[in-house]
Amino acid sequence: MDFLVVQFLTGLAGASSLFLVASGLSIIFGVTRIVNFAHGAFYMLGAYIAYTLTERWSGALGFWGGLIAAALAVAAIGALVEIVLLRRIYRAPELFQLLATFGVTLMVQDLSVLIWGPEDLVGRRAPGFRHSVDILGQSVPSYDLLLIALGPLVLGGLWLLFHKTRFGVLVRAATQDRDMVAALGVNQRWLFTGVFALGVFLAALGGALQLPRDAVSHTMDLRIIVEVFVVVVIGGLGSVGGAYLAALLVSELNAFGILVMPTISLVLVFLVMAVVLVVRPHGLFGKPEGPPRAAIGGLIRPWRPLSGAERLGMAALFAAAALLPLVAGSYVLSVGTEILIFALFAASLQLLMSAGGIASFGHAAYFGLGAYGAALGAKSLALPFPAALACGIALGTLGAAIFGWFCVRLSGVYFAMLTLAFAQIAWSVAFQWTSVTGGDNGLLGIWPPAWASSPAVFYWITLALAAAGVAAIRAIVFSPFGYALRAVRDSALRAEAIGIGRRGVQWTAFVIAGGFAALAGALFAFLKGSVFPDNLGIPLSVDGLVMVLLGGVETVSGAVVGALVYRALSVVLMSQTDYSKLVLGLFIVVLVVAFPRGIVGSLQALLPRLRRARASSIGAAALRPAE
Amino acid sequence: MSAPLLSVDHLSKSYGGVKAVQDVSFTLERGELLALIGPNGAGKSTCFNMLNGQVRPDFGRIRIEGRETTGLDPRRVWALGVGRTFQITATFGSMSVRENVQVGLLARHGALARMTGFAGRTLAAEADDLLALVGMRDAAERPSGELAYGDLKRLELAVALTNEPSLLLMDEPTAGMAPADRVELMRLAAEIARARRIGILFTEHDMDVVFEHADRIMVLDRGRIIAEGTPATVRRDPKVRAVYLGEGHLFGSEAAA
Amino acid sequence: MKLQVSNLNAWYGPAHILFDLDLSVGEGEVVALLGRNGAGKSTTFKSLVGLLERRSGSIVYEGRELASRPTHEIARAGLGYVPEDRRIFTELTVEENLEVGRQPARPGAPVWTPEKLYALFPNLAAMRNRPGGRMSGGEQQMLTIARTLMGNPGLVLLDEPSEGLAPKIVEDMATAILAMKREGLSLLISEQNLHFARLISDRAVIIERGRVRFSGTIAELQANPEVKEAYLAV
Repeated sequence: MDFLVVQFLTGLAGASSLFLVASGLSIIFGVTRIVNFAHGAFYMLGAYIAYTLTERWSGALGFWGGLIAAALAVAAIGALVEIVLLRRIYRAPELFQLLATFGVTLMVQDLSVLIWGPEDLVGRRAPGFRHSVDILGQSVPSYDLLLIALGPLVLGGLWLLFHKTRFGVLVRAATQDRDMVAALGVNQRWLFTGVFALGVFLAALGGALQLPRDAVSHTMDLRIIVEVFVVVVIGGLGSVGGAYLAALLVSELNAFGILVMPTISLVLVFLVMAVVLVVRPHGLFGKPEGPPRAAIGGLIRPWRPLSGAERLGMAALFAAAALLPLVAGSYVLSVGTEILIFALFAASLQLLMSAGGIASFGHAAYFGLGAYGAALGAKSLALPFPAALACGIALGTLGAAIFGWFCVRLSGVYFAMLTLAFAQIAWSVAFQWTSVTGGDNGLLGIWPPAWASSPAVFYWITLALAAAGVAAIRAIVFSPFGYALRAVRDSALRAEAIGIGRRGVQWTAFVIAGGFAALAGALFAFLKGSVFPDNLGIPLSVDGLVMVLLGGVETVSGAVVGALVYRALSVVLMSQTDYSKLVLGLFIVVLVVAFPRGIVGSLQALLPRLRRARASSIGAAALRPAE
Repeated sequence: MSAPLLSVDHLSKSYGGVKAVQDVSFTLERGELLALIGPNGAGKSTCFNMLNGQVRPDFGRIRIEGRETTGLDPRRVWALGVGRTFQITATFGSMSVRENVQVGLLARHGALARMTGFAGRTLAAEADDLLALVGMRDAAERPSGELAYGDLKRLELAVALTNEPSLLLMDEPTAGMAPADRVELMRLAAEIARARRIGILFTEHDMDVVFEHADRIMVLDRGRIIAEGTPATVRRDPKVRAVYLGEGHLFGSEAAA
Repeated sequence: MKLQVSNLNAWYGPAHILFDLDLSVGEGEVVALLGRNGAGKSTTFKSLVGLLERRSGSIVYEGRELASRPTHEIARAGLGYVPEDRRIFTELTVEENLEVGRQPARPGAPVWTPEKLYALFPNLAAMRNRPGGRMSGGEQQMLTIARTLMGNPGLVLLDEPSEGLAPKIVEDMATAILAMKREGLSLLISEQNLHFARLISDRAVIIERGRVRFSGTIAELQANPEVKEAYLAV
């Protein structure tokens, strides 16, 4: 019993930082309608800068002053990011906003390694709060009690800010109707910057306050952002009160989940989130979203299947690819196999994004489930190679069917956050359920049988499956079902009026995309001979998004080109630098801001001009890219 | 005599104590054009959304060819042969003009779940017939996203016709259109309605459109029908004049000026 | 001239709604913008304050060209906008709604304080702490006008102030508008209700299908039954 009380207090203390970060995210979203992925990065920066300041400044004043100064400094950085980057993309599709802020996250990760080194840093204990307090015979750190008190204090402070200051009143007004606020003479630009800085301040303060509790590390950004997404999905985006309640709920579930299900404690959080979503799709205190914003590719040239000549061209490319083992060594073949696998993975994501208009931020979950399914099938069930692949597809498809059922109930940013949260839960299960998944050590020794084990044969198998997969996805896009999927994306209102149900269509597409991603994952397991939790991680999901974006989100299968270029670039360029995330993050930001159509999309936009210029030339048809 | 195409009895709907629609009853026959007019906030949209299944009435019943449809959702109502156009056009912007119609046709044939075959080639002739009907045959290959607004409205009409409706609901069919195109579009709709014996119920702001094409007009004010009849009768009705011109509607005096 | 609009064209997405609109409002004058539903009255107002994505033409207010300025600068120049759908901040109290509208006093324009506005709209005074979402339609209409007046505008664009209000409230509204006029405000008021417009305005402009069809004094309009019949009656 006493132990439970202490556990409860630990949960309460954890809730405070979570609440700070989540409320910041909510406030920013309320006014700017941007879900700031970089919020975790600002949280982490807050902790790092607080570490530096509190190491330099001595005494109690130095410590507490350092925490506040760190949060203020990060808020200034946030304001700069808003002015330089976000102002350019307020009208862009949600996907681009999420990706751009994720790019910032990646850059901050490498910059923090560059500045503070790769080692975890242990900061000073809080002056005056170094001891434990005896509660019911158990010792509780006094700093935890401070944090417990801080949550309600900040909640109250925010309430005062929003109700008793002009700035706060304007923020609340703008949350409801930005245009009307402008029509009353308020300059929105600075209001947005102010709100963003405030939200970032809260995140950074949340990070700084962790200093005496936990080591500062450069993985804390993604850890917190996933929890924060879960919190705002449960509490409702835009509601500060909801963020507080949900932060309490999630923290307590974490604290007690360890007691109930020590190996897979996150499952409990997942179950609660699922229940909340079914009962209240917009969270406990959230409101329904406004009318959906312009989906990606609203005004594009209608897609058409490949013409006869283009099919021949594709067949020639396929034949050329099949000849690679005759000239290439085993290293090049393994890179080639990997590229093929990622091409299939990216193409499956593109089905959702381009035809479906919904961006999954957790597509790696189904890739990873496919990999684990194949590995477990091969190892635990001793299935033969083809059956193990099928086992992988089955597990991935099942995962997509279950997660997708919840995800398609939401749309827009909620959909993106939920897919990410589900992927992270799948990751946690793989990480924590050591007895089955091997945890951090992964599953090793997943090799194909002797007949398929040579690099050339495995390359050919992968080529055949990936090409068939991409062709099948294209066929689906042009089938009646593909049209239904696009119809729902273009106009849910009209689709409903002619008898097409949005959820059913999107769920089916989600499951199909999950199945193909799982096939890619299963092949990947056999290519590498092993499976690790990273195979379901956020970085892989983002790789998929970048491939689609790089290829061209307005195309049918530009992602294949995107995967080729992206993997080739990472092999060639990234190996040259120690700061691959910095490069990648910058790359994503530039891509979103300056090059949103991607490679194939830009070529297609160029095409009509090219064709006009060479109207009489027969060669023009051959130049046409494969769309 | 068989049941009327559409019959509405004592339809009522309140929102938070405000009676948006009160005790509205009317019928509509095949081939007839019935206009629903009234000032802003008179309850036209609410009335419309109840017929379409988007809003559930508090009271009253709706029957289509004698069949009760009260409380059915929009997809069911569509399946019973009710087409609908929207105030702001809702078309599939990423598709060509023909493909927009093909999706509607595929939906009617229940074929949209199929994952094989090229949808762009199925039912093309049928789609082109419908496009010819609305005068868009020549634009079949064009991306619908680049159509002029008037052409989008025609396309929407073609899509609404894909399920061979017996009843067409048109919510402000000419809203946002260039004035010259308005009369044109409604003339087209009227021709089709008479040729195919479709009943059309439409709301409209443009009085020229209403008086030129409606067989009958209903005037709604504050949720109630205050007048109903031929255009000539409605035009002469003193209550209608009062609502539109405000004469005697206010202080009961004509003193000021 | 307080406001001189010339050659105004406006679009809603792809649809061209306003065509070469010319209209003006003199110092201290009340002009009624008349026309049926859908004639383009609300579009005219939204386009004047920059709430539509696309417009062209010239909008000169107190000698300053505003056509290329963003919405908040147009408001700060002294053009107050009261939208037809009121757009009250429903979660904010009456006092807070007024606070959002507050701007510094402007030379040559009447100065408003909450107290003065409560005197003009006595209903509001009794519900200072009530959230906007829990007010009746008439009360919201009062509040949206008061909120715009807090910006101390020189000219108010009032979109359909009598719409959907009970006759008694319409009477109060007319009284309030006449009081605003006495303070020295210029007003451009859109109306469907001719009788109401006659009570409060000096001049009338009738638009139909996005074009000006009539422009003249109220007396001229009264003497012209054909115009009324053609553009205002059914």
